[in-house]
Amino acid sequence: MKRKHRRLTFVGIALLLLGAAAALVLAAFEDNIVFFYSPTDLTEKKPGPSQRLRLGGLVETGSVKKPGGGIIIFKITDTAQSVEVQYKGIVPDLFREGQGVVAEGRLMNGVFRADEVLAKHDENYMPPEVAEALKKAGQWKGDGKGNGHTDKGKAK
Amino acid sequence: MHHFANPTRFLRLADRIQPWAASLTMAFVLSGLYFALLSSPADYQQGETVRIMYIHVPAAWMALFCYTALAVSCAAALIWKHPLASLAGRATAPIGACFTLLALVTGSLWGKPMWGTWWVWDARLTSVLILFFLYLGYMALNNAFDDPERGHKASAILALVGFINVPIIKFSVDWWNTLHQPASVIKMSGPAIHSSMLIPLFLMALAFKAYFVWVLLIRMRGEINAMKVRALRMRQVHDAEQNRSTPVASEAG
Repeated sequence: MKRKHRRLTFVGIALLLLGAAAALVLAAFEDNIVFFYSPTDLTEKKPGPSQRLRLGGLVETGSVKKPGGGIIIFKITDTAQSVEVQYKGIVPDLFREGQGVVAEGRLMNGVFRADEVLAKHDENYMPPEVAEALKKAGQWKGDGKGNGHTDKGKAK
Repeated sequence: MHHFANPTRFLRLADRIQPWAASLTMAFVLSGLYFALLSSPADYQQGETVRIMYIHVPAAWMALFCYTALAVSCAAALIWKHPLASLAGRATAPIGACFTLLALVTGSLWGKPMWGTWWVWDARLTSVLILFFLYLGYMALNNAFDDPERGHKASAILALVGFINVPIIKFSVDWWNTLHQPASVIKMSGPAIHSSMLIPLFLMALAFKAYFVWVLLIRMRGEINAMKVRALRMRQVHDAEQNRSTPVASEAG
């Protein structure tokens, strides 16, 4: 009985120490673990043009422009700050105004030149009719505007 | 629990549970797939792609559940030295590894149309990949020794150390910026999934859980039989050696 208890305490203490060590390591490496920076992070950090990084936030409503040649210009915002993004290529289906996106590239003269744009979707799942009803009732809390097709139409 | 640590008693109980687990699996898979594929609506943002969720999310839950079960049985094996606990760990690990692989593959297939990429090194995806490697490491270490007892002990320590990854996976989406979205079902303000989609999700989760019990019992039976075969072989070798050594000993005396 005695040995069992000793082993139990030993395993318990070992796991606690390990947890503490893991927490310290993860806290120390937080900057490397985050997948993207917000526009506010970017204005604080002021990275050089040689540094590749990811910028994440919402596509600012009314900011999407398509000057032609497959180029798309839009602003990524975290509601406090916003950064202009230039990208040449095809954006994912979920890309639209108000939608969460993550762009990878470099910050040059205050403009973020992206070579990859990924869409981020939120944790809400519902049928389209429910989304419509929520919007009609003024209860809409999501970032997106609901129906992607109409939004894409407006963006053009 | 001590009561069922006896293999004979465990097998008797397993015999009674197994047909129930098998029929529950069938019932939940059939009803779950019916709701998931035919009778649930498409998502307002993702369209029909949302149906991948009904496999991906239960598989990811099972990946974490199996690892927790593995860690508990490894702790029981190390602390209380239950004869069945290490066998339960051995039986659980491959099932958990399969669920983890399933979650990774379906997640990748889902990521391409929704995010625009098969894979990114964000905190959630990377920590789940580490979980998969932990399962593989446990299985490799468990079989790496000639003496199974030593393999059980070494791999049990690895499994317990790796358990630290389970809360990291769960909270990775809250602690850090990730491409993966935050939790939808288990959150303070209640599930963010409409009830018409929650029903197939829960049915599939129950199906996966029942399947786990079913396969675990089959694998446990196999592990117990393998242990018995090993014990019989050892005794044969032991007896043969004694028969050979006795006359030699008398001649020398």
